[in-house]
Amino acid sequence: MTSAVPAKAFEQASFEPSPRAGRRMRLRGIGLPIYTTLALLFLLIPIAYTFVFSFNDSGKLNIAWQGFTFDKWLTVCNTQGLCEAFGNSILVGVIATVLATALGTLIAIALVRYRFRFRSSISLLLFLPMATPEVVLGAGLAAQFLTLGTEKGLLTIILAHTMFCISFVVVTVKARVASLDPALEEAGRDLCGSPSQVFWRITFPLLLPGIAAAALLSFALSFDDFIITNFNSGSVDTFPKFIYIAAARGIPAQVNVIASAVFLLAIVIVVVAQVSRTARAKRLARQLG
Amino acid sequence: MASLSTASFAEKGADLELVGITKRFPGVTAIESLDLTIPAGSFFALLGPSGCGKTTTLRLVAGLEEATAGRILIGGKDVTSTKPFQRPVNTVFQSYALFPHMTILENVAFGLRRRKIGDPVAKAHEALRLVELDHLASRRPAQLSGGQQQRVALARAIVNRPALLLLDEPLGALDLKLRRQMQLELKTIQTEVGLTFLHVTHDQEEAMTMADTVAVMNKGRIEQMGAPEELYELPRTAFVANFLGQSNLFTGPVTSSTADAITVDVGGVPIVVPRTRAKRHAGEIAIGVRPEKVTLLTSAPAPQAGRNVLGPGRVTDVSFSGVSTQYLVMVPGIGELVVFAQNMVFGPVVHVGAEVWVSWNADHGFGLDDEPGDLPRFAPDASTESIAIQRRVALEEELEQA
Repeated sequence: MTSAVPAKAFEQASFEPSPRAGRRMRLRGIGLPIYTTLALLFLLIPIAYTFVFSFNDSGKLNIAWQGFTFDKWLTVCNTQGLCEAFGNSILVGVIATVLATALGTLIAIALVRYRFRFRSSISLLLFLPMATPEVVLGAGLAAQFLTLGTEKGLLTIILAHTMFCISFVVVTVKARVASLDPALEEAGRDLCGSPSQVFWRITFPLLLPGIAAAALLSFALSFDDFIITNFNSGSVDTFPKFIYIAAARGIPAQVNVIASAVFLLAIVIVVVAQVSRTARAKRLARQLG
Repeated sequence: MASLSTASFAEKGADLELVGITKRFPGVTAIESLDLTIPAGSFFALLGPSGCGKTTTLRLVAGLEEATAGRILIGGKDVTSTKPFQRPVNTVFQSYALFPHMTILENVAFGLRRRKIGDPVAKAHEALRLVELDHLASRRPAQLSGGQQQRVALARAIVNRPALLLLDEPLGALDLKLRRQMQLELKTIQTEVGLTFLHVTHDQEEAMTMADTVAVMNKGRIEQMGAPEELYELPRTAFVANFLGQSNLFTGPVTSSTADAITVDVGGVPIVVPRTRAKRHAGEIAIGVRPEKVTLLTSAPAPQAGRNVLGPGRVTDVSFSGVSTQYLVMVPGIGELVVFAQNMVFGPVVHVGAEVWVSWNADHGFGLDDEPGDLPRFAPDASTESIAIQRRVALEEELEQA
């Protein structure tokens, strides 16, 4: 859709007489695919580079192409601290996601379904962590942990990530709750459901797409967060922090391996979800037919 | 709780009794000390414009709202402080509120499963057969048409055999033809299952077609309650006279009265109303007559005992609607009258601008209980336009709160 904008501007900008209109049409016909291809290339080059260079038979420095090898994929954990940092990132991501999703979902339901004092101010305050620069958040948290005398480590990273993820969860789930007809829950109560039955059998399954989206978002945010983590991690390394430190003396190809693996996993998940959704839609259509 | 639940698997309907029910929302009183008794097994309609408190009444009975004051009794048992799932009541929601993530069968079986009633699947199939949708049991709600969803919502409620079934404008979203068909079906099902139905609607025709008893609600109070014919033929207030069908209303002082009739001076013309059909018999009173009871005459009629005549007046509007034609007649000094005439010949009998007299049998008039001074505020409150405006106002309020 964005690509249509310049094409249109181009059309309006040229005041050529009608005999040349055909050529103008042809120009647009070539221009749009070229523009689209360039835009996609621009987006995909870093990813392609990362993937290709995970097979580079390099030494310490992974900058120039030295030849093809599978070695880096097989010896990924041989690099000092890499797998440990990756494991930390996964651990932090999972725990922070679970905490933020659970808390954020409850907050979202409360904000949409109930009327209470300071409701709109709370909504506003929940936006703040999203709007505040990460450097400010990270530095502020670090100062607080210092004042409290908390030793920096996995715990402080998890707390920091949970904190900024909650905002994103609330915003995502809130939209879903707002689109849910309150009569559905009332119907559940009416049909002899106790409050917990109504929540688990009606509210939760209906909110699940929103909750799942929020959880994925949280994990993604937590997994690649560097700034806040760097302020609050002490000596513990996470995957982004490892890359940052490694970058100073040359990133080993094993980092490309992990990055590529994560990327491939994400692609597989998306493809599987898409295929199963199409299959389900087809099945439903068959039922209808 | 378990015994209460099991006991609520009712074999027949139960009485509903509301005693002094008041409901206040911040800033508004929705219902003002309402007393209402609905006998077991009846089809009862609460009729009124949007915002009159009828839906709030329904939600109070369902247990979805808490009453500010008063008591609710179902089958003689006080349920005022119980939770919705502890009441022998089920609701058919206006939006149907079918669970989109369950099949039709699971939707219908939901209540049975929650209460651990034996053989929920067979009972759900039975309820679906009652609404003739058993062949769609494995579909999802989104795959059904509006009318089908409506019937599933009904099946999902009656499968629990509630002593009292609440219907919240259940036909509002259907088109006219389907609505007519569903009205008849609902009535048949009610007779078949013998439960008490409490139906809330703003559609006067729907209320009159379906219900044994209609209560007309306005501003949190019941204006009048009775059989549909009774309400239509003898409205007690101007609101009822105008909300339930149309009426020609006049005001004037009572000039003479006999044992059977009173005479009211309407703009200098004596109008006779039977004493038994008038609520007030002295002073300034409001009287009326239904438009279809009025005859249109093209020449001045000879004075005749037992007939009221107004005129001459001018026809200001003629609208043809197939079965009948509606005429608006402006009578100087009295106002505009509505006349419905059956189309016995082809097309309208008179045209705009014609000089006419209107006449009706004195036995067909009625006298209202209202203070005549209050009349203007009751003016046309029932048109679809005013309902649409009320809807919009309600929606705006809701948006403001959100």
